[in-house]
Amino acid sequence: MSESNALGFKVLKPGMLTLIQDLGRFGCHNIGLTTGGPLDPNAFNWANKLCSNSSNTSCLEVTVGGLELEVQLDTTFCVTGAKLPLTVNGKSKPQWQSLSVYKGDIIKLGFACEGMRAYLTVSGGFNIKPTFDSVSTVVREGIGGVDGDKVLQGQILPFSASNTAHHNRLVKTPSYKKDVTLRVLLGYQHNAFTELQKRVFFSSKYTVSESCDRMGYRLKGAKTKPSIDGILSEGICLGAIQVPADGQPIVLMNDRQTIGGYPKIGSVLSLDLAKLAQCGPGATVTFEPVSIEEAHNILHLEKAVIELNPIEPIELLLH
Amino acid sequence: MNIEIAGENSLIIYFSEHASPQVSAQVQKSSRLLQNVLADVLVDVVPSYASLLIIYDPLLTDNFYVLSTINRTLSDSSTAIVETGKVVTLPVYYSTESGADLERIALHSKLSVDEVIDIHQQSEYRVYAIGFAPGFAYLGEVDARIAMPRLATPRLKVPLGAVAIADRQTAVYPAESPGGWNIIGLCPQRMFDPKATPTMPVEVGDTVKFKAVSRSKFIALGGVI
Repeated sequence: MSESNALGFKVLKPGMLTLIQDLGRFGCHNIGLTTGGPLDPNAFNWANKLCSNSSNTSCLEVTVGGLELEVQLDTTFCVTGAKLPLTVNGKSKPQWQSLSVYKGDIIKLGFACEGMRAYLTVSGGFNIKPTFDSVSTVVREGIGGVDGDKVLQGQILPFSASNTAHHNRLVKTPSYKKDVTLRVLLGYQHNAFTELQKRVFFSSKYTVSESCDRMGYRLKGAKTKPSIDGILSEGICLGAIQVPADGQPIVLMNDRQTIGGYPKIGSVLSLDLAKLAQCGPGATVTFEPVSIEEAHNILHLEKAVIELNPIEPIELLLH
Repeated sequence: MNIEIAGENSLIIYFSEHASPQVSAQVQKSSRLLQNVLADVLVDVVPSYASLLIIYDPLLTDNFYVLSTINRTLSDSSTAIVETGKVVTLPVYYSTESGADLERIALHSKLSVDEVIDIHQQSEYRVYAIGFAPGFAYLGEVDARIAMPRLATPRLKVPLGAVAIADRQTAVYPAESPGGWNIIGLCPQRMFDPKATPTMPVEVGDTVKFKAVSRSKFIALGGVI
């Protein structure tokens, strides 16, 4: 909940879907709360690094775009993730770079032309009271953000004024494709799928359907049918691939239900979920099996790559 | 016991293919033991009917360590814990006014409405799992005489506090939400209150009893019709 009379950004237009997110809500599955958190943690983390914030600082996750903000306090901000037109007072500005804005400025994010989700943060993050130790918004649960809801027109997103002198930009920025390969760890009920069914699954191209949101991505393509229709309800981890009776896989994302009863063939690696989250309807998906050892290697290598990808300090450009 | 990989950061332990109070007690006991021994690397756990999902931080440890720790911990019978689940009695205003499906269940089971209400109160229900929505506790098992399949078309709005039956499970809806369970009454006790401590009156492993209250008592306890 925001402090009354607090200043920050005034939301002129909230865009398609803008949510306050930090890294997520953990340790609350026992009361049925899901994790939430940024669908693309990579872009989220860079936004914070570029603003010299700590890793769990709150950002706005802007899906598709269309956000307009009026600046009420001087600050440094940054937009990463999906490629979209970014302007301050009508002047085009670069993404993946921290920028100064001053009281009265207008920040506009246009609509994404590459990727689906952009991340906007300010120096120090937003002053939002956490719920269950996190400000991540899960609209379905009415938890997090401002009153458990998405960002609304007219709202104030409060932050503390900051005149940070250091500006940074990322040297090597990611690009987002509409054709992604998702690495999968076989797991859960994978034994309920025959060798032939697994081959069909790993050799087919799937399309992202219209039904793709923070809870799950429904895919369309070759049917893979397990030998069982349902299971005793059990815990669902991030990236789990449910295969319901229609044989069409559903990849479960950050806002998934914590338990469910559909058979699962395995789970998508988190790094690849971030790529999937930058895909919209019509994007194509293929699956590739990996071992748990490979999965852990990939995670550690990616961590090293992130640390080696330099942030370049740039001189403060006068307003 | 069978352990499967769930994801890059999680393993799932299957204790049985079927739910029972004994299996549930085993899930609960294992959950407590593993939360202790894995505390440094644990992110979250999800106990359910006959399984336990263990989520760890893969940048702090790996599958091999977690798997061997689970095997070692759960094979050591000397670390037995006596289960200490509490008993929680929930008041319910059962009526055709507050339970839209009571008459249909009575018709289906060839019983009177009063008999359905009596039978629902006679059993003690174990909290097998919490999920679906914040605060939603899966309680079992309902007496076979009043078991009732889910609605063919789920309701768009099930009221807050609705006491409902689906097959041999029963539950109290923690918030107004869509749902396909058969409603037999309303409970004034909040099942999920983010501002309360504890947030939920029950946890997995507890026992729930239902006790009928009058309409006026229901309202006095904070219930809304």
